[in-house]
Amino acid sequence: MPPRGAVPSARRTAASEVSGGDTAGRLVRPFTLTGGRTQPERGDFTLITMVTAAPPPPGGGARLQPEHTRILRLCREPVVVAELATRLDLPVSVVSILLCDLLAAERIVVQPPRAVSRTLDLELLQKVRQGLDRL
Amino acid sequence: MTGSDATLQKVSAPDTVKILIAGGFGVGKTTMVGSVSEIVPLRTEEPLTTAGLGIDDLNGIEEKKATTVALDFGRITVSQDLVLYLFGTPGQQRFWFMWNDLAVGALGAVVLVDVRRPESSFAAIDFFERRKIPFVIGVNGFYGEHPYEPEEIRESLALPEDAQVLLCDARERGSCRDVLIALIDQLIATTARGSHPSPP
Repeated sequence: MPPRGAVPSARRTAASEVSGGDTAGRLVRPFTLTGGRTQPERGDFTLITMVTAAPPPPGGGARLQPEHTRILRLCREPVVVAELATRLDLPVSVVSILLCDLLAAERIVVQPPRAVSRTLDLELLQKVRQGLDRL
Repeated sequence: MTGSDATLQKVSAPDTVKILIAGGFGVGKTTMVGSVSEIVPLRTEEPLTTAGLGIDDLNGIEEKKATTVALDFGRITVSQDLVLYLFGTPGQQRFWFMWNDLAVGALGAVVLVDVRRPESSFAAIDFFERRKIPFVIGVNGFYGEHPYEPEEIRESLALPEDAQVLLCDARERGSCRDVLIALIDQLIATTARGSHPSPP
């Protein structure tokens, strides 16, 4: 059990609700960032979905949580969800929820991964092959 | 095009594809990811969902201290407009429910096998076989040693004749690259033949 001396009791209660009484305080906290939501509202975000910050709306748009702002800073250049999660040190599930907020506020642009069916695209495969050859 | 105007929507981020590196716990998946990745392998940690915990319970696994699943991944920039991600699947079998999400949209998989305990990779082989996800077997020779021939390993794993079994060393970039190339060549051959297995 992680040291809890500094954790106010109110948060401790909230945390144990979210986690079903689990003791992993470090893991529970992220979901407080999402207002207790544990599922994204939409399934746009796979691990390799590219996310890029959109230009801020005129007037700056709605006020954002600090985590949202951090995400926007990190995705000035296109970055995939898995990398974002690593840089934020947050679970992908939490990041996906925060990204849903940003998408709804039109603050990010998302690009889904290259669609891969079993009818694979020869040109795509050749490209991957050439890239691996250069390794 | 710049990122600052209305064309941002179309400023193309590179396309992304992924390959899974699977196999039993401690078989060298992260080592392999690290050997070919252009970045130090990154790790994300997912708290187990309630669904996952339920499944754990059904499996009768009582180990409660594992509250997260770690996922290691690396990146290979194939070209300016295409990036390949490699994901090491969680090794413990009880995390199989995550593999479904991981497998969606994957080009294929490398199943690493440790010949000292091949059974630790059975679940991964079954998983990809059942879902008709293309894969190759990479036999990770610990200390670079390969006591068995690929043919013997193929037999002991009850793999079909056309399954590729490659001896490799997960620590060596060239060796890992060759395994990945073998997988891609297999995909190219299948695609060129036009004999596609049905999608997962």
